[in-house]
Amino acid sequence: MAAKSIISRPVYGTLSPQLGRHHLFVADAEGARAISDMAAKAPAGFFTDAHIIYIAGSGSEANVVALEALGPAQFYQGPSFASALPRLKQTLTNAHMGLRVYLAGTEGLIGQAMQAALEAGIDHTSMLTEHRGSLARRMQCVHCKGITENVTTQPAACSHCGLLLLVRDHYSRRIAAFQGVCINAEDRSEIPPIEEAFP
Amino acid sequence: MSTGTTKLDVVVSDVVPVNDLVTRFHFRRRDGQLLPTFSGGAHVVVEMRDGERTRLNPYSLMGSPLDTREYTISVRRDDVGRGGSLFMHNQVRPGLEMVVSYPVNLFSLDLRAKKHLMLAGGIGITPFMAQTTQLAAEGGNFELHYTCRTASLGTYADVLRERYDRRVRLYHDDLGERIELDRLLSSQPLGTHLYVCGPAGMIGWVRDRAAALGWPSETVHFEHFAAPQPGAPFDVTLAISGKTIRVGEQQSLLEAIEAAGVDPPYLCRGGVCGQCETNVISADGKFIHNDHWLTEEEHRSGKKIMPCVSRFEGRSLVLER
Repeated sequence: MAAKSIISRPVYGTLSPQLGRHHLFVADAEGARAISDMAAKAPAGFFTDAHIIYIAGSGSEANVVALEALGPAQFYQGPSFASALPRLKQTLTNAHMGLRVYLAGTEGLIGQAMQAALEAGIDHTSMLTEHRGSLARRMQCVHCKGITENVTTQPAACSHCGLLLLVRDHYSRRIAAFQGVCINAEDRSEIPPIEEAFP
Repeated sequence: MSTGTTKLDVVVSDVVPVNDLVTRFHFRRRDGQLLPTFSGGAHVVVEMRDGERTRLNPYSLMGSPLDTREYTISVRRDDVGRGGSLFMHNQVRPGLEMVVSYPVNLFSLDLRAKKHLMLAGGIGITPFMAQTTQLAAEGGNFELHYTCRTASLGTYADVLRERYDRRVRLYHDDLGERIELDRLLSSQPLGTHLYVCGPAGMIGWVRDRAAALGWPSETVHFEHFAAPQPGAPFDVTLAISGKTIRVGEQQSLLEAIEAAGVDPPYLCRGGVCGQCETNVISADGKFIHNDHWLTEEEHRSGKKIMPCVSRFEGRSLVLER
């Protein structure tokens, strides 16, 4: 995890079983292992009230087998966060107090799922998160407001307006993205070395 | 010193009996100006000059936060208490000049909540009087469940029913009516915040059930004004001020420190806010911690004490102060 230079930079924890009526998990391929690890500490029958939303990406089928083996009340597998979002929103809309939310995987996945849960009225401090896998960032260009997914370099080009951006630790929960600011605004011909910063 | 609570010179503008146990008091500023603004759930500490003795009791402001021409509090008479409520009932008349602190809010609404679920027991209704007024003015979504011993002791129950109709639900102990707590808590929409004010037993019950049913602690708010418990007198040495004082049977440690001329910080005087926390330099004896502020570990360590509600039994006690 990157150094904590700015206080808005999210800090993640470790999933642990909470008391509650229902348990909603959102995880990607790497995050699925956080759920499996947590399951080892969970009381018997914990997953009978659980709903797992699994975003497979290019992840392995082995995760699906492991997650289904936990016996969740509901299990959904989708190819992308966008495909899972309607289901996530629907679940949150119908939920009552007593639902606990667990998010695991890359920052982009955690941030976007948290954004949906925040809109539903859950405080970010009430959710459990665990970062697993790539450090790739979801970045907003502060100039054109376009969002670029899976940014791994520093600086990084905005995929919308093409400006070369310094990826800051300044994070917005509202849009679930780090802020990218033009790195060569004075002289656009000046191209600093581009490094792999968020592998 | 009463941190953050500069004093206000007020005059009692009205005293209104509400029922067999509760009397309402209205205060206006002596200089005729508006009082400081406050938010629903705030309290003031009322100074009572009772002969040689000054009592300081916290009471929730129950008037509208939108009208600061006056402050109103409701005081439940406690015939076996330490005398503060009896002083208010027996000595305070319209025209009396008194001193109250600036309002302090240790029980504020979380205005990010999508819905506010309020549970009141007995005189614990007072902070909700101001909170419901505040929310109703903003079109806020709230629901109030109020338990009282009998209909005649349902302080302001009629006012609340008239103002808010079905948003208020009453439960009378004498009719065996009881909040169906688990069902109530489990049927609340996501984004609901819970507020509870009443006897310690009720607060404990509600907090325990809420936690068991998966309510995150950030969504559960409570207020309990614990009166300092009486106990055997004990002696205390204050290291910084170099004084040795005796804490009387009916006196709190905080009151004894104040009586000795030391001006420690305080806000709630009920063991919940943490303002008066004091370091213990040495102790030979047993602490009787009555606060809700220190952790169990801190209680066991014997290194800290909340002088507003906690006591001591033993040979010697030295505090920083």
